[in-house]
Amino acid sequence: MNTQNPKRDTKPKITERRRFLTIMAQSVGLSALGGLIWTGYVEEAKASPLMLRPPGALPERDFLRMCIKCGQCAEACPYDTLLIAKPGDGRPMGTPYFIPREIPCYMCTDIPCVPVCPTNALDQKSVSSVKDGKEVLDINKAKMGLAIIDAESCIAYWGIQCDACYRACPILGDAISIEYIRNERTGKHAKLVPVVHADHCTGCGLCEHACVTEKAAIFVLPRDVAMGKPGDYYVKGWSEKDQERIKERDINRLQTKTKRSEKSPQDYLNLDEGLFDE
Amino acid sequence: MSRIYKMRYLLLRRFTQVGLLFLYFSANAYGWNILTGTLSSSTLFQTVPLADPFAILQMLSAGAVMGIDVFIGAAIVILFYGIVGGRAFCSWVCPVNMVTDLANWLRRKLLLDKAERKVWVSRNARYWVLVLSLIVSAITGLAAFELVSPITIFNRGVIFGMGMTGGVLFAIFLFDLFGVKNGWCGHICPLGGVYSLIGRFSLIRVRHNQPNCTLCMKCKEVCPESEVLFMIGKESTTVNMGECVNCARCIEVCDDDALGFSIRDFATSKAKGENR
Repeated sequence: MNTQNPKRDTKPKITERRRFLTIMAQSVGLSALGGLIWTGYVEEAKASPLMLRPPGALPERDFLRMCIKCGQCAEACPYDTLLIAKPGDGRPMGTPYFIPREIPCYMCTDIPCVPVCPTNALDQKSVSSVKDGKEVLDINKAKMGLAIIDAESCIAYWGIQCDACYRACPILGDAISIEYIRNERTGKHAKLVPVVHADHCTGCGLCEHACVTEKAAIFVLPRDVAMGKPGDYYVKGWSEKDQERIKERDINRLQTKTKRSEKSPQDYLNLDEGLFDE
Repeated sequence: MSRIYKMRYLLLRRFTQVGLLFLYFSANAYGWNILTGTLSSSTLFQTVPLADPFAILQMLSAGAVMGIDVFIGAAIVILFYGIVGGRAFCSWVCPVNMVTDLANWLRRKLLLDKAERKVWVSRNARYWVLVLSLIVSAITGLAAFELVSPITIFNRGVIFGMGMTGGVLFAIFLFDLFGVKNGWCGHICPLGGVYSLIGRFSLIRVRHNQPNCTLCMKCKEVCPESEVLFMIGKESTTVNMGECVNCARCIEVCDDDALGFSIRDFATSKAKGENR
């Protein structure tokens, strides 16, 4: 020890242990910093909901989890419909999508894009139906999106005769039908307007591709974005299919529990509770 | 001719790197069915599945329940690189290697190492990034490194169109040129970290023949992971550290026949009590 200079002794010593702990803390700290930035980026990147996925794609969140970004679906597509998101596209990179106004899905009956998926992010079961006891591919079961009509810009809704989307629809009559409505403006004509039926629409986008307006008046949106949900409170009493829907409902979640409803609803008027408390 | 002989492995590596990119590209462009998919998952001759084990690991961490194909594919890849040297992927297959090698070549030509301010990053940073990518995958439910990996971005860019891919690659080029020497491949890239672990016990290794060595240190100068060549001029043994990329640059630049490919030396490393 240097006794001439007592100040030197008061300096904190950097021991091996302190050095080790500091370096560990630094590494963990820098990793946490990197992790926060990285997590933020990933969360932003996956929050782009307007992606139309290939047939059989799982719901968006599961799809992003499962897609390994190998691009084999896009390579299998004979029409070059499927694109792979690149840097600069503003979509989760490497995942497949399509832009129907440019190239729609032509709904191949052998669905070449689905069986090549190595992770089952494109689920073959969801685009198959049972025929003669065998499971066969059925593109009509695809749910890539749902066509939506902007009646303001659809010229058929103006009263001009146009059925381009109806004619382009591969499941015409079921997915798009033409309905007659009265033309109130002239008072003596009919309008022949297209109407989309969500049960049958696959979201292939052939209608959007065919639409004659400058920017398509009928366009495909992901079903999550395009559709509402009535919930378990409202049921079509006249439809057996709709009653199937609510069979799984959780009855406890449906009932509103208040102080009064704890007792039998028949009795609550007879019980004075709550009426004369004050 | 001797100049070409001096670059024989380099030329071979460029051939496999570009060749594989071309096979991937032609699967999409011309419909060849030799190698379809991308580096994250592909199919060889329409039958053999191949998958990136690190991508699978991230997806498992993100909570994905996948088909059996990708697991078989990952097993094949692990087995292959477990034999030929894990990071042979980095120097013989990975397309980003061409970008970082260019940056590294420029560094040597322009003497940047001597003049630049040093930025220090630990060689172990890649293992931190590896663990971090699994944690971020678990939090976000999305394979985190796959989303930003310049390797597959470059690979997909060649196959499906580049977009802004050039920007990503230029960023890595700048980092390696003006940031850290061998910064991306030798310090940050977690896929390199994974293959380092896979290649820990691989069979094909570089061997140093100490009596021939004249201590010119050309090998250390050219080596992208120079810490693995700690035995140069000291003892005759194989380069056993998993971080060695088996690029064979050291073999090529050696004028004294002191380095060559060989089978891993299990015996000497045990005799010396080393276990790398």
